Amino acid sequence: MIDINKIREDFPILSETVYGKPLVYFDNAATTQKPRQVVEKIVEGYYKRNANIHRGVHFLSQEATEAHEQARQEVRAFINAKSSNEIIFTRGTTEAINLVASSFGELLSDGDEVIVTQMEHHSNIVPWQLLQRRKDIKLKVIPFDENGVLKIQELDTLITPKTKLIACTHVSNALGTINPVKEIIEKAHAQGIPVLVDGAQSIPHFKVDVQELDADFLAFSAHKIYGPTGMGVLYGKEAWLDKLPPYQGGGEMIDKVTFEKTTFNVLPFKFEAGTPDFIGSTALAEALRYVNAIGIDTIAAHEQELVAYAVQQLSRFDNIRFIGQTKERSGLVSFLIGTIHPYDLGSVLDKLGIAVRTGHHCAQPVMDAFGIDGTVRASFGIYNTKEEIDILVAGVERAKKMFKQ
Amino acid sequence: MTINEKQDEIIAEFEFLDDWLDKYQQIIDKGMSSAGIDPKYKTPENLIEGCQSKVWVMAEYKEGKVYYQGESNTDIAGGIAAMLVEIFSGHTPQEIIDTDLYFIDRIGLKEHLSPTRSNGMLAMIKQMRLFAIAFKAENENK
Repeated sequence: MIDINKIREDFPILSETVYGKPLVYFDNAATTQKPRQVVEKIVEGYYKRNANIHRGVHFLSQEATEAHEQARQEVRAFINAKSSNEIIFTRGTTEAINLVASSFGELLSDGDEVIVTQMEHHSNIVPWQLLQRRKDIKLKVIPFDENGVLKIQELDTLITPKTKLIACTHVSNALGTINPVKEIIEKAHAQGIPVLVDGAQSIPHFKVDVQELDADFLAFSAHKIYGPTGMGVLYGKEAWLDKLPPYQGGGEMIDKVTFEKTTFNVLPFKFEAGTPDFIGSTALAEALRYVNAIGIDTIAAHEQELVAYAVQQLSRFDNIRFIGQTKERSGLVSFLIGTIHPYDLGSVLDKLGIAVRTGHHCAQPVMDAFGIDGTVRASFGIYNTKEEIDILVAGVERAKKMFKQ
Repeated sequence: MTINEKQDEIIAEFEFLDDWLDKYQQIIDKGMSSAGIDPKYKTPENLIEGCQSKVWVMAEYKEGKVYYQGESNTDIAGGIAAMLVEIFSGHTPQEIIDTDLYFIDRIGLKEHLSPTRSNGMLAMIKQMRLFAIAFKAENENK
């Protein structure tokens, strides 16, 4: 049984008030709050282990290097990668995807095709469009139906001999839909096509095992799983990472540099140019330890209960429209009330101390598909409670009257 | 009434509303009861597209004075738009250009002018001033 009150005590920000009201934080899909343990790890890092890592002969540098590489091991274990060589530290999901688009993109030829889904975050659309400026590649899209469920059968016709990569989100940040990535990967692998999974919205909410999925690449952000901002991970199968050219050039990623020729470092360092965020990596590892101590399955069950409760309670409004109605839903509820604009509803909820996100959630093609400007999104984390959902429902009720709906 | 008298009148209206939601209610009601913009002016040229919401604004110049129409697809931004239209309409370009727009801050709605809100409000105010500047230039060149 999960002791929410005890968990909440770990997150000082949750006892803050906004406009004199207790904070109800339902914007976890954007970023999660940080437990004391993670913040203390950052402080401890700067106070006790601050020295540039790798190649340092002095004590502090050794300590910092060890902590950083230990963090890599913990990330490896968390997603069950085979080797820590497959764990590349990045600034976040966005940089991880850009890395693949840039480096994998080097292997593509004019006429090649990349498939994404209609429910991608802009960060899994725009990097491919940038690549299109350099190479004449085609971007194809797996559409979704009126419930926000991928029309996976269309993949059979979308895949051609020219398809070189499928890049798809595990969980939609706008709809909450959990996509059948395992099935997508099986279909892709049957044709010899690798798959990049955007795990930004799945990693914090349920167990993701890269070997079980057989994913070729997987990207996620630390700050969405109670870790620090500016830190992320790209998992890549070693065979693939070996094949890809480096992303950025600089220190760390080199083997030998002369003005005539430079050779590159081995994995994972080949993709980590410059001084890595060795404080952020240890803080991420601390966040993963925090999640492990509660248990990712326990977290998943708790959040499923919150989502089900939110859907049930919000359903009392006869003019509610849920955007995305799938059985396989994770972590969030996206909705509209009558003709109230999301901006208006979000502004009123804000004054009641409730933090929700409004707008297109960086997934404009999703909004276009539903013919709407945006939604109100309540997204949950381990510290949220049913009582907070009751506050949200009461807030919506209040707003409904204010906007005469 | 001068522009500042109009601003002060709005501030007085809000002064007795302690609760945030009462303030919002007042703004929402203003938006809902405003004449908005004549549908024929609801064109792409008059549209200011914020990330969160849309605002339409247009202006006419009659006998030395500027008359605005404005509307938003959200009620809160629409209410603010209605107040801006009310405050600026019927004044000379110079009066509009010289205005220190203080009422939004004073009624506690400053955050709706924050660029991070991206609701088009800042752009609307800028556009309203640009109309005034353009009319002034046009007038001086006659």
